[in-house]
Amino acid sequence: MDWLFFGEISLAGLAMGGLYALIALGFVMIYKATRVINFAIGEIMMFAAYLFLAFAGGMELSAWIALPLAVIGGSILGGVIEKTMIRPMLGESPISVVMVTIGIASILVGLVEFIWTADPQLLPNFLPREPVFIGPLYLAPKIAYGFLIGSALLIIYLLYFRFSRGGVALRATASDQAAAYSMGINVRRVFNLAWVFGSLAASLAGVLVAATGGLSPQFGIIGLSVLVVVIVGGLDSILGALVAGVFIGWLETVAGAYLGGEYRMPATFVVLAVILVIRPYGLFGTHEIERV
Amino acid sequence: MRIGDAKQTYEADEAIWTSSTQKFWFGLLLLILLLFPFMADSYLLYLGCLVGIAVISTTGLNILTGFTGLISLGQAGFMGVGAYTVAWLSLNTGLPFPVTLLLAGLVAAAVGILVGLPSLRVKGLYLAIATLAASVFLHFIFAEWESVTGGMGGLSLEPAHLFGLTFQSDFRMYFIIVPLAVLMVFAARNVLRTRVGRAFIAIRDRDISAEILGINLLRYKLMSFALSSFYAGVAGGLFAYFYRVVTPESFPLSMSIFYLAAVIVGGMGNLLGGILGAAFMTLVPEALKLLTAALTPFYPNAPVFMSPMLEIIFGALIVGFLIFEPHGLAEIWHRIRRFFRLWPFRN
Repeated sequence: MDWLFFGEISLAGLAMGGLYALIALGFVMIYKATRVINFAIGEIMMFAAYLFLAFAGGMELSAWIALPLAVIGGSILGGVIEKTMIRPMLGESPISVVMVTIGIASILVGLVEFIWTADPQLLPNFLPREPVFIGPLYLAPKIAYGFLIGSALLIIYLLYFRFSRGGVALRATASDQAAAYSMGINVRRVFNLAWVFGSLAASLAGVLVAATGGLSPQFGIIGLSVLVVVIVGGLDSILGALVAGVFIGWLETVAGAYLGGEYRMPATFVVLAVILVIRPYGLFGTHEIERV
Repeated sequence: MRIGDAKQTYEADEAIWTSSTQKFWFGLLLLILLLFPFMADSYLLYLGCLVGIAVISTTGLNILTGFTGLISLGQAGFMGVGAYTVAWLSLNTGLPFPVTLLLAGLVAAAVGILVGLPSLRVKGLYLAIATLAASVFLHFIFAEWESVTGGMGGLSLEPAHLFGLTFQSDFRMYFIIVPLAVLMVFAARNVLRTRVGRAFIAIRDRDISAEILGINLLRYKLMSFALSSFYAGVAGGLFAYFYRVVTPESFPLSMSIFYLAAVIVGGMGNLLGGILGAAFMTLVPEALKLLTAALTPFYPNAPVFMSPMLEIIFGALIVGFLIFEPHGLAEIWHRIRRFFRLWPFRN
């Protein structure tokens, strides 16, 4: 076994996993606050990446202006989705709400094809090109810098959750909605904010992933990998999202490198199936007790 | 509520036929279905076959999702199992189609039971994701088990045959598909008014209460999975005979979502809804194709925008129905009927 190769693959996988962790964080945020499983998260990422393409490629803005614009666009999209399509579903069965997000995903794919055609596109390169070496291990610069930017946002989020007023309101709403209401927290606003911030994380990750792997209307498939991450980690656990994100990213890349690309999805879904059988609420999720 | 229609026994309440008017309309419908292929052109015939296959699969999913409350994203995978079973049997054994279709249903039901096994432990969305995992595995098996499934190239098969008669044209396939669809919807209607069907509905309404009432959850949930995937398997088998080629890409995840959407748009937990939903969702793309063809002389770009428009309309239908008409087309149908029944009064 070639340990150098394994190390490099693992490193790339872990970096990719960092981005998964960021997306999963956005997903968990939305789930914790609003109890909505967002099947459209991959499509929100895709939409933000296309916005970046339009700003940086089409309007020829500097990438460092286009990136914030695209991310803001993505988070506005999240907020609008929540206001117009998720809010009316409040109190409906989870199945219906999930189907709404699936419908939204389809609408977004259609919109993207409508505006930017179905052809695959390449994002203009905006990350430094010098190869990165960690010890003897080579890491593709796009992945390395993507990981750095992603983790920066991740750390900001974690600090925000822990210390800011908005973060406290979000955690309070997640743990007990009625109590949060009676303590004067504007729960509706928290719902909206959760979607905005969740989509923000997804949008940034979307641009970074698209910068390394290219962009097409099928990009939203990545949402399935994220789904695996959050189920394995536990739907309502931020720690779970981080750990499982890194692990699934690593597993996917290693399986892809050693077994071939067609094994990427089945490998992660095996983990998913095992977790569902052993610990259905995920590695770090809360075990909900049901009462009649 | 119809006036003068008080039910006095459980038998009367559970009866399929409640009035002779109903029998008359149903007979008329059967007659129309029978005469349809003699009057329709080949395009309409093709659509009729597609709708028939969709009705079978949607009815199956409706039993699982609409009546038992178990959401499944694996319907396309089960259809694939049925289609591959038919393809393999017809290539290797040459059995006539009633046998292959039955076996397709049974194999799919067996796979369905296997997939349904986690359903006792996980439910709701977790179950949806478990079935999603199943459909990923099934797709992987279809693509990689080359000695049986032919790999990515798939399998092509001979037309369906029985007693030396081959069913090559859409015209002949119609006479397999549509009677089978009618039969299977009827069977579903019958199952749902038995003890088993009532158990399904009790599980949907509150599974813990159902268990306290003495319903064996695992048994009935698996039964629902088996029944639902049997329908999917038969539909998949018909799909195989209809297109006569089966590839892993014939049964993508989007197809599972299509059937879920058909159940929702039609009306969850309503067999009529499933039928209406299946027909509606199959015909919308065709209507859009016609519209595009009509618009092309004026806007030469129209065909380019058709496929994105289809995605948008598909999504908007799901979202729109869930927000504005959660009971689906069936509810609209009932409203229309109520209007005529009560006319000239408004309510």
